[in-house]
Amino acid sequence: MAIFVNADTKVIVQGLTGGQGKYHGLRNRDYGTQVVAGVTPGKGGTDVEGIPVFNSVAEAVEATGATASFVAVPPKAAAAAILEAAKAGISFIVCITEGIPAQDEAKVFNTLLRDYPNTRLLGPNCPGIISPGKCNIGITAGEIAQEPTAAGPNVGIVSRSGTLTYQALYELKQRGIGVSTCVGIGGDPVPGTNFIDCLKEFQNDPETHAIIMIGEIGGSAEEEAAEFIKANVTKPMSAYIAGVTAPEGKKMGHAGAITSGGKGTAKGKMDALAAAGVKIGLNPTEAGDLMAEIVKSL
Amino acid sequence: MDLFEYQGKQYFARYDIPVSPGDVAYTVDEAVAAAEAAGYPVVVKAQVQVGGRGKAGGIKLADNADEVRTHAGNILGMDIKGHLVKRVWVEHASDIAKEYYASFSLDRAAKKHLLMLSAEGGVEIEQVAKDNPDAIVMLHIDPVDGLTKDAALKATKDAKIDAEAVDGVADMLVKLYRCFTEGDCDLAEINPLILRPDGGVHALDAKVSLDNNAAYRHPEWDEFRKTEELDDREQLARQHDLQYISLDGTVGIIANGAGLAMSTLDVVNQVGGTAANFLDIGGGANADMMAAALGVINSDENVKSIFINIFGGITRGEEVAKGIVEALGRVDLRAPIVIRLDGTNAEEGRQILADAGISADRLISKPTMLEAARAAVAIANGKDA
Repeated sequence: MAIFVNADTKVIVQGLTGGQGKYHGLRNRDYGTQVVAGVTPGKGGTDVEGIPVFNSVAEAVEATGATASFVAVPPKAAAAAILEAAKAGISFIVCITEGIPAQDEAKVFNTLLRDYPNTRLLGPNCPGIISPGKCNIGITAGEIAQEPTAAGPNVGIVSRSGTLTYQALYELKQRGIGVSTCVGIGGDPVPGTNFIDCLKEFQNDPETHAIIMIGEIGGSAEEEAAEFIKANVTKPMSAYIAGVTAPEGKKMGHAGAITSGGKGTAKGKMDALAAAGVKIGLNPTEAGDLMAEIVKSL
Repeated sequence: MDLFEYQGKQYFARYDIPVSPGDVAYTVDEAVAAAEAAGYPVVVKAQVQVGGRGKAGGIKLADNADEVRTHAGNILGMDIKGHLVKRVWVEHASDIAKEYYASFSLDRAAKKHLLMLSAEGGVEIEQVAKDNPDAIVMLHIDPVDGLTKDAALKATKDAKIDAEAVDGVADMLVKLYRCFTEGDCDLAEINPLILRPDGGVHALDAKVSLDNNAAYRHPEWDEFRKTEELDDREQLARQHDLQYISLDGTVGIIANGAGLAMSTLDVVNQVGGTAANFLDIGGGANADMMAAALGVINSDENVKSIFINIFGGITRGEEVAKGIVEALGRVDLRAPIVIRLDGTNAEEGRQILADAGISADRLISKPTMLEAARAAVAIANGKDA
């Protein structure tokens, strides 16, 4: 088991003929992911190292039966690409694009909610998802992810930051701890999939025995997750929140990483999670150490 | 990008939101000319991006040219909470019957647009929220539907806006919403939105924050960008597409990815140091970008050590290493580098650094983030790494 994706997931890459799409799409295939098609308008009929390219998502789905899409197109085209995938019946869309205007993002989120309630969007501005040994969609380097064991215990990872996602995978690999699924939800203000969506899945996933959560300053997603954890999550958790020392009112690289009026601070988030029973690490390594202790006790 | 009041008013005007006639002035003479054009009495307002201008003496009424000279002379060059006043906005003074508050923003938790409207304007909305929360109407708007005139009218009535202003304010809300959405604002706020004795309404202040991600479809923003108050290093960083924020510590920071960069600041702080900056060299950083990043950090006189924290995903270790070697060849770095290099091709990167023959007191390699932070902080604090 894994969450959202598995070894059978068939993936198309929107923007496979572009630089990012080609590089990561092929890496995903090399990892063992079933990358069955690419989509680039006007390039239908060609192929990228054996992967057939179609003019539209609808044609690609029709020909391959794909259910997931990896959107790797520039910010201007991303909103339309996501909606095209939803319309073509894709149920899981991963969008790595950074720099989509917030107005477009809010519109896409609410359009999906209303017209395509069965479609899940991961991202935008996220590293993607990896279920080690089964499926890797996005930009994560597969070799830093430890495969889960049948006996367990295995850990699920959910993170708002790309490089801290890798850091978390790496911390677990150093300790030989298997990962069931690692989900990067991205650092934008309106993520398609949030912490709670992932926590819910991890809680129900028999292969996941404990959960690491990595948050950062800005918004209230971590506080909302804490409420959810208190009421619904019985699996042990550790967490790390980036941005303890971030100055007020500055966007720290990610569009969503900003504190204002004393809200969205790292301290507030850590307190909320600690109150929900989550073990808090003051840096990623400490969160890894805490998880190692948890895993040992399982 | 946060706009000055006068820029916000110029932006409002593009969306037919009525504002007082006025002009921006950089000198006393320009202020007088702006006052003559606007018609006395006028208000001379300091243009700084910080609250509490009035209390600091940065907003003054003037009835004639002499008074404009006096006030503009005092206000230009004034320091308001650490912000130097370089320009004033001079506008015709309005007769005020009532002051209201209106803003549009994105409610991240609800994932909808949020209208906040109150009949109690002219004071900080945070204060109203604290003292009398019922006086603020909060209306969520589905971005797919947008705001209709009917919904705006209802909100206006719910907020107990005076009957004679209801139509005008509702009309203003529809225009402000258009400015917020089509104008790609993170925040569009009018406080106060005034009712005049003649029954008209207009925006007496403007607080606008623009979404940088949407800059590609707003060539008109170039004008605003010119006045953005970046220091030289921030300017230099922007030229190289580096995400840089200047801070006041002594450990220069370079990391790949916003989350890791934030985390690096935290770890430096945790082991007793202070960061000189936030710098994210981004996902696919190459040798050129690393050299540019080192150049930016090197121009900061406070920097006593440089902590490079790289976890390779898309970023490749050997590229990072090449960039460091190249930068060391090009510029004389003011401080030693402590590097932690992990992830994709980290081995190759470490090898390149080892082969470059850089002396051990200029480049120190540490296996973990925490150890590297300790070494960088020790050097910055004048101790051995």
